[in-house]
Amino acid sequence: MSEGLVHLLQLLVSGVVTGGIYALVAMGFVVVYKATRVINFATGEFMMLGAFFAWTAMSAVQAPFVVALLVAVAASALLGMATERLVLRPLLGQRTISVIMVTIGLAAIFKGLAQIAWSGDYRSYPAIFPRAPIELGPILLPSRQFYPFLIAVGAIALVGLGFRFTRTGVAMRATADDQMAAFGMGIDIRRIFSLSWSLAAMTAAVAGIVVGIIGGISPQLGAIGLRTFPVVILGGLDSIGGALVGGVIIGVLENLAGGYVDPLLDGASLKEVVPFVVLVFTLMVRPYGLFGTREVERL
Amino acid sequence: MIIGNHKESYASDEAIFRTPATRAWMGIAAVAALVFPFVAGDYLLYLANLMAVLALGALGLNILIGFTGQISLGHAAFMGVGAYATAILASRFGLPFWISIPAGGALATGAGMVVGAPSLRIKGLYLAIATLSAQVIFEWIFTNWTSVTGGIRGLNVAPASIAGFRLDTDERIYFLIVGVTVVHFLLATNLRRSRWGRAFVAVRDRDVAAEIVGVNLFRTKILAFMVSSYYAGIAGGLWVYFTKVVTPETFPLSLSIQFLAIVIVGGLGSIKGTVYGTVFMTLVPELLKAGTGLARVVWPTAQSYLFPLRDVVFGLLIVVFLIFEPHGLAEVWNRVKRFFSLWPFEK
Repeated sequence: MSEGLVHLLQLLVSGVVTGGIYALVAMGFVVVYKATRVINFATGEFMMLGAFFAWTAMSAVQAPFVVALLVAVAASALLGMATERLVLRPLLGQRTISVIMVTIGLAAIFKGLAQIAWSGDYRSYPAIFPRAPIELGPILLPSRQFYPFLIAVGAIALVGLGFRFTRTGVAMRATADDQMAAFGMGIDIRRIFSLSWSLAAMTAAVAGIVVGIIGGISPQLGAIGLRTFPVVILGGLDSIGGALVGGVIIGVLENLAGGYVDPLLDGASLKEVVPFVVLVFTLMVRPYGLFGTREVERL
Repeated sequence: MIIGNHKESYASDEAIFRTPATRAWMGIAAVAALVFPFVAGDYLLYLANLMAVLALGALGLNILIGFTGQISLGHAAFMGVGAYATAILASRFGLPFWISIPAGGALATGAGMVVGAPSLRIKGLYLAIATLSAQVIFEWIFTNWTSVTGGIRGLNVAPASIAGFRLDTDERIYFLIVGVTVVHFLLATNLRRSRWGRAFVAVRDRDVAAEIVGVNLFRTKILAFMVSSYYAGIAGGLWVYFTKVVTPETFPLSLSIQFLAIVIVGGLGSIKGTVYGTVFMTLVPELLKAGTGLARVVWPTAQSYLFPLRDVVFGLLIVVFLIFEPHGLAEVWNRVKRFFSLWPFEK
């Protein structure tokens, strides 16, 4: 195979890997938005806290990775539930700006607390996976990208299937579809809101651990939450499949820009800004995204 | 108890300062503002200048969010556009500040027009995210368009001067910054009672109804974006002459968020509230700094918690105000005032 082709394939593969992780982060947004019509600007901080919970479990009591993962997920679920109950519920039905700002405020609180509890230093997990890189034909994939990617895909599948087949998942979808009708059918809407937030926090925790394995853990880990907005919007705010497709598209585009354009610009990185350019175009052409529900409003 | 506050003509009903008491207080405030730089120390003077610039920027955002109900997470970017335009005109072309600052405002207005254009199609959350991406993209341009913006090293600007008089100390620049800010606050007060100001409020309260009574939605929204980013641009220009340097790190997303916090803590849609919010949100971190400085005596590492603690307090203020005091400090102030003016007949 020619060198150029291998380069392209390499970029595509790492794009898909990045995309899978974006998709998992995006799920955190989608789950909350679907049920409560709130965009959680603190998703990144939920990720960061999840990553730190797992790190603490692994370094303080030498818990094995799987146990640490479960501990982090459980702790995050409680945190998500508490957040919904204490902060979001009093603001039900308030102006969009209030709801956006309250999650931004939460993000600041979480970031500050994490810095106080764990300091601003970079940490990393103890070695978890075999070191050897994975060979896919001519392409080499570092093991610390490959295994986290598998975890991300697994988590996405789990949430997706849960939504599709479990009783609670159906109740969540019914609530997203038509709150009044769902209420009339005996679904406890408040419980669904609470569950959605804890599910979102759980997905975020897994995403945080995945990102932490790849790039290390610090209170700044949450910054990736912001970079996921293009994915969420491109895929459609209320579509889980959309998050997956959007994630892969943005991940691949970003890596292609990084691989082909950035070497030509000296010092500047187009990779950083490409997702947001895509975001602007999406909003202009198709604001509800590829698979989102189209909200019709006539003026 | 205040009595006899009745109006006999439309002119007196529409006046900006409507009661003799308000006029008296404003007079006192004006005198105090004039005397302030001669009595205050360097630190207070620095804070005053900082607050004046922030208040001007926050007022712009309040016009957009509080008056018109359009969300922007990219306000700092417009401030950056104004600042860079001012700095480039001043340093490369040697233009005086009374041309470069308005020119910066004009360019920011243009940027606001472009970013505001999608606001007809998208609103609420989507608008928030669109303006967020504007913030990211502008920040990227500031950092990477090295030939124009000087990249991460930024641009240095000579102090403002007029007729050979150099505004090179905090004391001298104070008059420029506070003067411009006060004028713009009066303009905003005037704007609110004008046809356009009322159109803004109509769009905020119910856009469909506004359209039906003859408010052109698109023009009103665009105008709100333009006015808002004009204010940000002027604030950016003042900032340039205040710090004499402009770098991309000066206008990050966190500044946009700080503006939002000021507007929310102060009171959405309240001009007075913008001032209260600015003072409050600037003083709280300073007090924290002083507090951790004092705590060092008994707790040597207190200082290292300053920055995270600032984040926590900042976030808590936003959350607590939104949940318990959604109309902000302006409403708290009114309540206190009502208590005293009704005394002893309250309740």
